[in-house]
Amino acid sequence: MIAVVDYGMGNLRSVSKALERVGADTEVTADARTIERADAVVLPGVGAFARCMENLSQSGLEGPVREAAATKPFLGICVGMQILFEESEEFGRVAGLGILPGRVRRFDGAGGTLKVPHMGWNTIEKRGEPPLLAAVEEGARVYFVHSYYVEAGDPEIVAATTTYGSVVCSAAWRKNLFAVQFHPEKSQAVGLAILADFCRLAGAVGRPPA
Amino acid sequence: MTRPYAMLAKRIIPCLDVKGGRVVKGVNFIGLRDAGDPVECAARYDAEGADELTFLDITASHEQRDIIFEIVSATANQAFMPLTVGGGVRREDDVRRLLKAGADKVSINTAAVSDPDFVGAAARRFGAQCIVVAVDARRRGGDLELATDGGGTDGRPAWAGTYPELLVDGASADGWEVYTHGGRRPTGIDVVKWCRRMEELGSGEILLTSMDRDGTKQGYDCHLTAAVSDAVGVPVIASGGVGNPGHMFEGFTKGKADAVLAASIFHYGEYTIAECKEYLVERGVTVRV
Repeated sequence: MIAVVDYGMGNLRSVSKALERVGADTEVTADARTIERADAVVLPGVGAFARCMENLSQSGLEGPVREAAATKPFLGICVGMQILFEESEEFGRVAGLGILPGRVRRFDGAGGTLKVPHMGWNTIEKRGEPPLLAAVEEGARVYFVHSYYVEAGDPEIVAATTTYGSVVCSAAWRKNLFAVQFHPEKSQAVGLAILADFCRLAGAVGRPPA
Repeated sequence: MTRPYAMLAKRIIPCLDVKGGRVVKGVNFIGLRDAGDPVECAARYDAEGADELTFLDITASHEQRDIIFEIVSATANQAFMPLTVGGGVRREDDVRRLLKAGADKVSINTAAVSDPDFVGAAARRFGAQCIVVAVDARRRGGDLELATDGGGTDGRPAWAGTYPELLVDGASADGWEVYTHGGRRPTGIDVVKWCRRMEELGSGEILLTSMDRDGTKQGYDCHLTAAVSDAVGVPVIASGGVGNPGHMFEGFTKGKADAVLAASIFHYGEYTIAECKEYLVERGVTVRV
Protein backbone atom coordinates (compact mmCIF):
# COMPACT_ATOMS: atom_id res chain seq x y z
CA MET A 1 0.00 0.00 0.00
CA ILE A 2 1.21 3.50 -0.84
CA ALA A 3 0.30 6.18 1.70
CA VAL A 4 -0.39 9.69 0.38
CA VAL A 5 0.19 12.00 3.33
CA ASP A 6 -2.77 14.29 4.01
CA TYR A 7 -1.61 17.21 6.14
CA GLY A 8 -4.13 19.74 4.92
CA MET A 9 -2.07 21.06 2.05
CA GLY A 10 -4.15 21.01 -1.07
CA ASN A 11 -5.57 18.58 -3.46
CA LEU A 12 -4.47 15.00 -2.89
CA ARG A 13 -7.12 13.55 -5.10
CA SER A 14 -5.12 13.86 -8.34
CA VAL A 15 -2.12 12.17 -6.77
CA SER A 16 -4.10 9.26 -5.37
CA LYS A 17 -6.15 8.83 -8.57
CA ALA A 18 -2.99 8.81 -10.68
CA LEU A 19 -1.39 6.18 -8.41
CA GLU A 20 -4.53 4.08 -8.63
CA ARG A 21 -4.50 4.42 -12.41
CA VAL A 22 -1.05 2.81 -12.54
CA GLY A 23 -2.23 -0.03 -10.37
CA ALA A 24 -1.21 0.94 -6.86
CA ASP A 25 -3.22 0.24 -3.76
CA THR A 26 -3.34 3.79 -2.39
CA GLU A 27 -4.50 5.33 0.85
CA VAL A 28 -4.84 9.07 1.48
CA THR A 29 -4.09 9.33 5.17
CA ALA A 30 -3.48 11.63 8.11
CA ASP A 31 -2.82 8.68 10.38
CA ALA A 32 0.69 8.01 11.69
CA ARG A 33 0.20 4.24 11.92
CA THR A 34 -0.97 4.02 8.31
CA ILE A 35 2.20 5.83 7.23
CA GLU A 36 4.25 3.46 9.38
CA ARG A 37 2.80 0.32 7.84
CA ALA A 38 2.80 1.64 4.23
CA ASP A 39 5.17 0.06 1.70
CA ALA A 40 5.91 3.50 0.31
CA VAL A 41 4.98 7.10 1.05
CA VAL A 42 4.10 10.06 -1.17
CA LEU A 43 4.32 13.58 0.25
CA PRO A 44 2.48 16.11 -1.94
CA GLY A 45 2.36 19.83 -1.22
CA VAL A 46 1.13 23.06 -2.73
CA GLY A 47 1.09 26.68 -1.65
CA ALA A 48 3.44 28.24 0.84
CA PHE A 49 6.52 26.44 2.20
CA ALA A 50 6.01 27.84 5.71
CA ARG A 51 2.40 26.75 5.78
CA CYS A 52 3.35 23.24 4.65
CA MET A 53 5.97 22.97 7.41
CA GLU A 54 3.56 24.33 10.00
CA ASN A 55 0.76 21.97 8.98
CA LEU A 56 3.08 18.98 8.88
CA SER A 57 4.33 19.69 12.36
CA GLN A 58 0.86 20.41 13.78
CA SER A 59 -0.58 17.28 12.21
CA GLY A 60 1.82 15.21 14.27
CA LEU A 61 3.03 13.54 11.07
CA GLU A 62 6.51 15.01 10.95
CA GLY A 63 8.02 12.08 12.87
CA PRO A 64 6.41 9.35 10.72
CA VAL A 65 7.32 11.28 7.55
CA ARG A 66 10.98 11.56 8.65
CA GLU A 67 11.01 7.89 9.52
CA ALA A 68 9.52 6.94 6.15
CA ALA A 69 11.95 9.17 4.25
CA ALA A 70 14.82 7.35 5.95
CA THR A 71 13.57 3.82 5.52
CA LYS A 72 11.19 3.18 2.60
CA PRO A 73 10.48 4.31 -0.97
CA PHE A 74 9.45 7.91 -0.59
CA LEU A 75 8.37 10.53 -3.13
CA GLY A 76 8.04 14.26 -2.43
CA ILE A 77 6.12 16.29 -5.01
CA CYS A 78 6.39 20.08 -5.60
CA VAL A 79 6.41 21.78 -2.15
CA GLY A 80 6.54 18.21 -0.80
CA MET A 81 9.98 18.11 -2.45
CA GLN A 82 11.03 21.54 -1.24
CA ILE A 83 10.35 20.94 2.46
CA LEU A 84 12.75 17.96 2.44
CA PHE A 85 15.57 20.50 2.16
CA GLU A 86 17.17 22.68 4.82
CA GLU A 87 15.50 26.04 4.41
CA SER A 88 13.50 28.34 2.17
CA GLU A 89 13.87 32.04 1.56
CA GLU A 90 10.10 32.38 1.24
CA PHE A 91 9.06 35.18 3.67
CA GLY A 92 12.50 35.62 5.17
CA ARG A 93 13.92 32.28 6.16
CA VAL A 94 11.96 29.20 7.09
CA ALA A 95 13.51 25.93 8.19
CA GLY A 96 12.62 22.78 6.28
CA LEU A 97 12.99 19.16 7.35
CA GLY A 98 16.68 19.20 6.45
CA ILE A 99 16.63 15.61 5.21
CA LEU A 100 18.41 16.63 2.00
CA PRO A 101 21.14 19.28 1.77
CA GLY A 102 20.24 22.50 -0.01
CA ARG A 103 17.94 25.47 0.07
CA VAL A 104 14.85 26.77 -1.67
CA ARG A 105 15.12 30.04 -3.55
CA ARG A 106 12.75 32.29 -5.46
CA PHE A 107 13.01 32.62 -9.22
CA ASP A 108 14.48 35.96 -10.09
CA GLY A 109 12.09 37.49 -12.64
CA ALA A 110 15.10 38.89 -14.53
CA GLY A 111 13.57 42.34 -14.75
CA GLY A 112 10.21 41.05 -15.93
CA THR A 113 11.54 38.91 -18.77
CA LEU A 114 11.08 35.67 -16.83
CA LYS A 115 7.47 34.94 -15.90
CA VAL A 116 7.00 33.69 -12.35
CA PRO A 117 5.42 31.22 -11.51
CA HIS A 118 7.28 28.89 -13.84
CA MET A 119 4.06 27.45 -15.21
CA GLY A 120 3.65 24.86 -17.92
CA TRP A 121 5.43 22.02 -19.70
CA ASN A 122 9.19 21.97 -19.57
CA THR A 123 11.87 19.36 -20.26
CA ILE A 124 14.00 17.58 -17.67
CA GLU A 125 17.56 16.54 -18.20
CA LYS A 126 18.53 13.45 -16.26
CA ARG A 127 21.79 13.21 -14.33
CA GLY A 128 22.94 9.63 -14.36
CA GLU A 129 20.26 6.94 -14.39
CA PRO A 130 17.73 7.73 -11.66
CA PRO A 131 15.40 4.69 -11.53
CA LEU A 132 12.38 6.92 -10.92
CA LEU A 133 12.91 8.59 -14.30
CA ALA A 134 13.75 5.46 -16.29
CA ALA A 135 10.70 5.97 -18.53
CA VAL A 136 11.46 9.63 -19.29
CA GLU A 137 12.94 9.98 -22.75
CA GLU A 138 15.07 12.87 -23.86
CA GLY A 139 12.93 15.90 -24.68
CA ALA A 140 9.88 14.61 -22.80
CA ARG A 141 7.94 17.37 -21.04
CA VAL A 142 6.40 17.44 -17.59
CA TYR A 143 4.12 19.99 -15.94
CA PHE A 144 5.53 22.57 -13.52
CA VAL A 145 3.85 25.22 -11.36
CA HIS A 146 6.19 26.89 -8.90
CA SER A 147 7.78 30.19 -7.95
CA TYR A 148 10.56 28.72 -5.80
CA TYR A 149 13.15 26.13 -6.76
CA VAL A 150 15.64 23.85 -5.03
CA GLU A 151 19.31 24.71 -5.03
CA ALA A 152 20.82 21.38 -4.05
CA GLY A 153 23.69 21.50 -1.56
CA ASP A 154 25.24 18.33 -2.96
CA PRO A 155 25.46 17.65 -6.72
CA GLU A 156 25.27 13.92 -5.98
CA ILE A 157 21.58 14.12 -5.12
CA VAL A 158 20.52 15.91 -8.32
CA ALA A 159 18.52 13.43 -10.41
CA ALA A 160 17.43 15.89 -13.08
CA THR A 161 17.70 19.55 -13.99
CA THR A 162 15.43 21.95 -15.84
CA THR A 163 16.31 25.22 -17.52
CA TYR A 164 14.18 28.21 -16.63
CA GLY A 165 16.21 31.38 -16.54
CA SER A 166 18.92 29.32 -14.89
CA VAL A 167 19.46 25.59 -14.50
CA VAL A 168 17.53 24.34 -11.47
CA CYS A 169 17.17 21.00 -9.71
CA SER A 170 13.88 19.49 -10.90
CA ALA A 171 14.35 16.04 -9.34
CA ALA A 172 16.43 14.74 -6.45
CA TRP A 173 17.37 11.22 -5.44
CA ARG A 174 19.24 9.60 -2.57
CA LYS A 175 18.82 5.88 -2.01
CA ASN A 176 15.13 5.29 -1.25
CA LEU A 177 14.26 8.97 -1.32
CA PHE A 178 12.92 10.65 -4.45
CA ALA A 179 11.64 14.16 -4.94
CA VAL A 180 10.28 15.97 -7.99
CA GLN A 181 9.50 19.65 -8.48
CA PHE A 182 7.04 18.95 -11.29
CA HIS A 183 3.64 17.30 -11.00
CA PRO A 184 3.73 13.72 -12.32
CA GLU A 185 0.00 13.46 -11.55
CA LYS A 186 -0.63 16.28 -14.01
CA SER A 187 1.87 15.25 -16.66
CA GLN A 188 -0.34 12.87 -18.64
CA ALA A 189 1.36 9.71 -19.98
CA VAL A 190 4.91 10.74 -18.97
CA GLY A 191 3.78 11.46 -15.42
CA LEU A 192 1.89 8.20 -15.11
CA ALA A 193 4.97 6.31 -16.31
CA ILE A 194 7.04 7.97 -13.57
CA LEU A 195 4.45 7.05 -10.94
CA ALA A 196 4.32 3.50 -12.30
CA ASP A 197 8.09 3.25 -11.84
CA PHE A 198 7.78 4.57 -8.30
CA CYS A 199 5.19 1.89 -7.60
CA ARG A 200 7.50 -0.77 -9.04
CA LEU A 201 10.36 0.49 -6.84
CA ALA A 202 7.99 0.25 -3.93
CA GLY A 203 6.95 -3.25 -4.92
CA ALA A 204 3.43 -1.96 -4.67
CA VAL A 205 1.93 -2.63 -8.05
CA GLY A 206 -1.32 -4.45 -7.49
CA ARG A 207 -2.59 -4.70 -11.03
CA PRO A 208 -1.52 -3.58 -14.49
CA PRO A 209 -2.52 -0.05 -15.54
CA ALA A 210 -5.95 0.25 -17.10
CA MET B 1 11.52 35.25 -29.08
CA THR B 2 14.08 37.07 -27.03
CA ARG B 3 13.09 35.62 -23.70
CA PRO B 4 15.69 33.41 -22.08
CA TYR B 5 13.43 30.46 -21.32
CA ALA B 6 12.99 28.90 -24.71
CA MET B 7 12.69 25.52 -23.07
CA LEU B 8 9.32 26.20 -21.47
CA ALA B 9 6.60 25.32 -23.98
CA LYS B 10 3.87 27.74 -25.00
CA ARG B 11 0.54 26.28 -24.00
CA ILE B 12 -2.65 25.65 -25.99
CA ILE B 13 -5.73 25.50 -23.79
CA PRO B 14 -9.16 24.44 -25.05
CA CYS B 15 -12.04 26.03 -23.16
CA LEU B 16 -15.40 24.35 -22.66
CA ASP B 17 -18.41 26.44 -21.71
CA VAL B 18 -20.62 24.43 -19.39
CA LYS B 19 -24.21 25.27 -18.50
CA GLY B 20 -26.29 23.13 -16.16
CA GLY B 21 -23.83 20.28 -16.61
CA ARG B 22 -23.86 20.37 -20.41
CA VAL B 23 -21.36 21.75 -22.89
CA VAL B 24 -22.83 24.66 -24.79
CA LYS B 25 -21.66 26.42 -27.97
CA GLY B 26 -22.12 23.08 -29.74
CA VAL B 27 -19.04 20.98 -29.43
CA ASN B 28 -18.92 18.88 -32.56
CA PHE B 29 -16.59 15.97 -31.98
CA ILE B 30 -16.88 13.03 -34.26
CA GLY B 31 -17.30 9.73 -32.52
CA LEU B 32 -18.30 10.89 -29.06
CA ARG B 33 -21.27 9.09 -27.62
CA ASP B 34 -22.48 12.33 -26.10
CA ALA B 35 -20.94 15.52 -27.46
CA GLY B 36 -22.66 17.53 -24.74
CA ASP B 37 -20.96 15.65 -21.93
CA PRO B 38 -18.13 17.79 -20.57
CA VAL B 39 -16.33 14.78 -19.13
CA GLU B 40 -16.21 13.04 -22.52
CA CYS B 41 -15.08 16.24 -24.22
CA ALA B 42 -12.35 16.67 -21.62
CA ALA B 43 -11.14 13.12 -22.21
CA ARG B 44 -10.98 13.79 -25.93
CA TYR B 45 -8.92 16.94 -25.48
CA ASP B 46 -6.66 15.09 -23.06
CA ALA B 47 -6.06 12.42 -25.72
CA GLU B 48 -5.50 15.06 -28.40
CA GLY B 49 -2.63 16.68 -26.54
CA ALA B 50 -4.19 19.75 -24.96
CA ASP B 51 -1.70 21.30 -22.53
CA GLU B 52 -4.40 22.23 -20.04
CA LEU B 53 -8.15 22.40 -20.02
CA THR B 54 -10.50 25.14 -18.88
CA PHE B 55 -14.14 24.81 -17.89
CA LEU B 56 -16.14 28.00 -17.83
CA ASP B 57 -19.35 27.46 -15.89
CA ILE B 58 -22.00 29.79 -17.27
CA THR B 59 -24.87 28.26 -15.31
CA ALA B 60 -27.16 31.05 -14.21
CA SER B 61 -29.59 29.26 -11.95
CA HIS B 62 -28.54 28.77 -8.38
CA GLU B 63 -29.98 25.25 -8.06
CA GLN B 64 -27.79 23.89 -10.85
CA ARG B 65 -24.56 25.42 -9.65
CA ASP B 66 -23.40 22.34 -7.77
CA ILE B 67 -23.32 20.24 -10.95
CA ILE B 68 -19.95 21.75 -11.87
CA PHE B 69 -18.32 20.11 -8.84
CA GLU B 70 -19.41 16.67 -10.03
CA ILE B 71 -18.11 17.39 -13.53
CA VAL B 72 -14.76 18.62 -12.26
CA SER B 73 -14.42 15.59 -10.05
CA ALA B 74 -15.35 13.13 -12.82
CA THR B 75 -12.90 14.85 -15.18
CA ALA B 76 -10.05 14.91 -12.67
CA ASN B 77 -10.53 11.21 -12.00
CA GLN B 78 -9.61 10.30 -15.54
CA ALA B 79 -7.67 13.15 -17.15
CA PHE B 80 -4.20 13.62 -15.64
CA MET B 81 -3.66 17.15 -16.91
CA PRO B 82 -4.03 20.63 -15.44
CA LEU B 83 -7.62 21.78 -15.12
CA THR B 84 -8.83 25.36 -14.57
CA VAL B 85 -12.41 26.12 -13.60
CA GLY B 86 -14.08 29.52 -13.66
CA GLY B 87 -17.49 31.11 -13.68
CA GLY B 88 -19.44 32.33 -10.67
CA VAL B 89 -16.52 32.03 -8.24
CA ARG B 90 -17.42 34.55 -5.54
CA ARG B 91 -16.34 33.19 -2.16
CA GLU B 92 -13.35 31.44 -0.69
CA ASP B 93 -15.55 28.44 -0.17
CA ASP B 94 -16.23 28.25 -3.95
CA VAL B 95 -12.45 28.11 -4.49
CA ARG B 96 -12.00 25.50 -1.78
CA ARG B 97 -14.73 23.25 -3.17
CA LEU B 98 -13.45 23.48 -6.75
CA LEU B 99 -9.90 22.64 -5.71
CA LYS B 100 -11.16 19.79 -3.56
CA ALA B 101 -13.16 18.45 -6.51
CA GLY B 102 -9.93 18.27 -8.50
CA ALA B 103 -9.44 21.67 -10.16
CA ASP B 104 -5.81 22.80 -10.20
CA LYS B 105 -6.59 26.45 -10.79
CA VAL B 106 -9.66 28.56 -10.24
CA SER B 107 -10.39 31.66 -12.26
CA ILE B 108 -12.02 34.72 -10.73
CA ASN B 109 -13.58 37.48 -12.82
CA THR B 110 -16.48 39.64 -11.62
CA ALA B 111 -15.82 38.95 -7.93
CA ALA B 112 -12.29 40.33 -8.32
CA VAL B 113 -13.72 43.63 -9.56
CA SER B 114 -16.35 43.94 -6.86
CA ASP B 115 -13.87 42.95 -4.14
CA PRO B 116 -10.17 42.91 -5.11
CA ASP B 117 -9.21 41.75 -1.61
CA PHE B 118 -10.98 38.48 -2.36
CA VAL B 119 -8.14 37.71 -4.79
CA GLY B 120 -5.58 38.47 -2.09
CA ALA B 121 -7.35 36.35 0.50
CA ALA B 122 -7.75 33.42 -1.90
CA ALA B 123 -4.10 33.61 -2.98
CA ARG B 124 -2.91 33.64 0.64
CA ARG B 125 -5.12 30.73 1.61
CA PHE B 126 -4.70 28.47 -1.42
CA GLY B 127 -1.47 29.70 -3.03
CA ALA B 128 -0.98 32.13 -5.90
CA GLN B 129 -0.31 29.22 -8.26
CA CYS B 130 -3.96 28.23 -8.25
CA ILE B 131 -5.53 31.67 -8.57
CA VAL B 132 -6.16 32.95 -12.09
CA VAL B 133 -7.76 36.36 -12.56
CA ALA B 134 -9.89 36.52 -15.71
CA VAL B 135 -10.12 39.97 -17.24
CA ASP B 136 -12.61 40.95 -19.96
CA ALA B 137 -11.14 43.89 -21.84
CA ARG B 138 -12.63 46.25 -24.37
CA ARG B 139 -10.68 48.79 -26.38
CA ARG B 140 -11.59 52.33 -25.37
CA GLY B 141 -13.16 54.48 -28.01
CA GLY B 142 -14.49 51.28 -29.55
CA ASP B 143 -18.07 50.22 -30.04
CA LEU B 144 -19.72 51.57 -26.91
CA GLU B 145 -23.17 50.52 -28.07
CA LEU B 146 -22.22 47.06 -26.90
CA ALA B 147 -22.24 48.40 -23.37
CA THR B 148 -25.90 47.55 -22.92
CA ASP B 149 -25.91 48.34 -19.24
CA GLY B 150 -25.72 52.00 -20.02
CA GLY B 151 -22.03 52.58 -20.63
CA GLY B 152 -20.04 55.09 -18.66
CA THR B 153 -19.58 54.28 -15.03
CA ASP B 154 -22.60 52.13 -14.14
CA GLY B 155 -20.44 49.13 -13.47
CA ARG B 156 -17.85 51.08 -11.49
CA PRO B 157 -17.13 49.24 -8.25
CA ALA B 158 -17.77 50.84 -4.88
CA TRP B 159 -14.03 51.10 -4.14
CA ALA B 160 -13.30 53.05 -7.34
CA GLY B 161 -13.17 56.42 -5.57
CA THR B 162 -10.55 55.09 -3.16
CA TYR B 163 -8.19 53.88 -5.87
CA PRO B 164 -8.34 56.48 -8.66
CA GLU B 165 -4.95 55.25 -9.88
CA LEU B 166 -6.61 52.09 -11.20
CA LEU B 167 -9.13 53.93 -13.37
CA VAL B 168 -8.87 54.76 -17.05
CA ASP B 169 -7.38 58.10 -17.96
CA GLY B 170 -10.37 60.28 -18.82
CA ALA B 171 -8.21 62.71 -20.75
CA SER B 172 -7.22 60.08 -23.28
CA ALA B 173 -9.12 57.61 -25.46
CA ASP B 174 -6.25 55.13 -25.48
CA GLY B 175 -6.03 51.81 -23.77
CA TRP B 176 -8.52 49.19 -22.69
CA GLU B 177 -11.25 49.13 -20.08
CA VAL B 178 -12.25 46.23 -17.79
CA TYR B 179 -15.79 44.95 -18.35
CA THR B 180 -17.79 42.52 -16.27
CA HIS B 181 -20.97 40.47 -16.76
CA GLY B 182 -19.80 38.84 -19.96
CA GLY B 183 -18.47 42.05 -21.45
CA ARG B 184 -21.66 44.06 -21.02
CA ARG B 185 -20.85 46.23 -18.04
CA PRO B 186 -18.02 48.80 -18.11
CA THR B 187 -16.21 49.41 -14.86
CA GLY B 188 -14.08 52.48 -15.54
CA ILE B 189 -10.98 50.41 -14.64
CA ASP B 190 -7.90 50.44 -16.85
CA VAL B 191 -6.95 46.92 -17.96
CA VAL B 192 -3.17 47.21 -17.70
CA LYS B 193 -3.25 48.89 -14.28
CA TRP B 194 -5.81 46.34 -13.12
CA CYS B 195 -3.69 43.37 -14.19
CA ARG B 196 -0.69 44.82 -12.34
CA ARG B 197 -2.80 45.22 -9.23
CA MET B 198 -4.08 41.65 -9.50
CA GLU B 199 -0.50 40.42 -9.71
CA GLU B 200 0.39 42.40 -6.57
CA LEU B 201 -2.55 40.83 -4.73
CA GLY B 202 -1.35 37.35 -5.62
CA SER B 203 -2.91 36.29 -8.88
CA GLY B 204 -0.63 33.64 -10.36
CA GLU B 205 -1.83 34.05 -13.92
CA ILE B 206 -3.98 36.41 -16.02
CA LEU B 207 -6.62 35.10 -18.44
CA LEU B 208 -7.11 38.06 -20.77
CA THR B 209 -10.11 38.11 -23.10
CA SER B 210 -10.60 40.73 -25.77
CA MET B 211 -14.34 41.38 -25.89
CA ASP B 212 -13.83 43.27 -29.17
CA ARG B 213 -12.42 40.15 -30.80
CA ASP B 214 -14.39 37.44 -28.99
CA GLY B 215 -16.37 35.42 -31.55
CA THR B 216 -14.97 37.32 -34.55
CA LYS B 217 -12.27 34.85 -35.63
CA GLN B 218 -10.12 37.84 -36.59
CA GLY B 219 -7.32 36.89 -34.24
CA TYR B 220 -6.34 37.79 -30.70
CA ASP B 221 -5.95 41.47 -29.85
CA CYS B 222 -2.15 41.30 -29.84
CA HIS B 223 -1.69 44.94 -28.82
CA LEU B 224 -3.77 44.34 -25.73
CA THR B 225 -2.05 41.03 -24.95
CA ALA B 226 1.45 42.46 -25.36
CA ALA B 227 0.59 45.52 -23.26
CA VAL B 228 -0.50 43.29 -20.38
CA SER B 229 2.25 40.69 -20.83
CA ASP B 230 4.90 43.42 -20.73
CA ALA B 231 3.33 44.99 -17.65
CA VAL B 232 3.07 41.91 -15.43
CA GLY B 233 5.52 39.27 -14.28
CA VAL B 234 3.00 36.41 -14.22
CA PRO B 235 1.98 34.31 -17.24
CA VAL B 236 -0.73 35.70 -19.53
CA ILE B 237 -3.26 33.62 -21.47
CA ALA B 238 -4.58 35.29 -24.64
CA SER B 239 -8.27 34.75 -25.35
CA GLY B 240 -10.93 35.96 -27.78
CA GLY B 241 -10.87 35.97 -31.55
CA VAL B 242 -8.78 33.00 -32.60
CA GLY B 243 -9.79 31.59 -35.98
CA ASN B 244 -6.73 29.67 -37.16
CA PRO B 245 -3.24 28.54 -36.09
CA GLY B 246 -1.75 31.71 -37.58
CA HIS B 247 -3.60 33.67 -34.92
CA MET B 248 -2.00 31.52 -32.25
CA PHE B 249 1.41 32.23 -33.74
CA GLU B 250 0.68 35.96 -33.60
CA GLY B 251 -0.63 35.66 -30.03
CA PHE B 252 2.65 34.07 -28.92
CA THR B 253 4.94 36.36 -30.92
CA LYS B 254 3.32 39.79 -31.35
CA GLY B 255 1.09 39.31 -28.31
CA LYS B 256 3.87 37.83 -26.12
CA ALA B 257 1.32 35.44 -24.62
CA ASP B 258 2.47 32.48 -22.54
CA ALA B 259 -0.62 30.47 -23.45
CA VAL B 260 -3.58 30.75 -25.81
CA LEU B 261 -7.18 29.81 -25.11
CA ALA B 262 -9.40 28.53 -27.91
CA ALA B 263 -12.94 27.24 -28.06
CA SER B 264 -14.87 27.04 -31.30
CA ILE B 265 -11.99 26.26 -33.68
CA PHE B 266 -11.43 23.05 -31.74
CA HIS B 267 -15.03 22.32 -30.83
CA TYR B 268 -16.21 22.42 -34.43
CA GLY B 269 -13.27 20.37 -35.62
CA GLU B 270 -11.90 23.17 -37.81
CA TYR B 271 -8.42 22.45 -36.52
CA THR B 272 -7.00 19.82 -34.24
CA ILE B 273 -4.58 20.69 -31.46
CA ALA B 274 -1.93 18.64 -33.28
CA GLU B 275 -2.38 20.70 -36.46
CA CYS B 276 -1.97 23.92 -34.49
CA LYS B 277 1.17 22.62 -32.81
CA GLU B 278 2.64 21.43 -36.10
CA TYR B 279 2.07 24.90 -37.56
CA LEU B 280 3.75 26.52 -34.55
CA VAL B 281 6.72 24.15 -34.53
CA GLU B 282 7.39 24.89 -38.22
CA ARG B 283 7.63 28.56 -37.29
CA GLY B 284 9.97 28.06 -34.40
CA VAL B 285 7.57 28.30 -31.45
CA THR B 286 8.37 25.86 -28.62
CA VAL B 287 5.34 23.70 -27.89
CA ARG B 288 4.86 20.28 -26.36
CA VAL B 289 4.44 17.67 -29.07
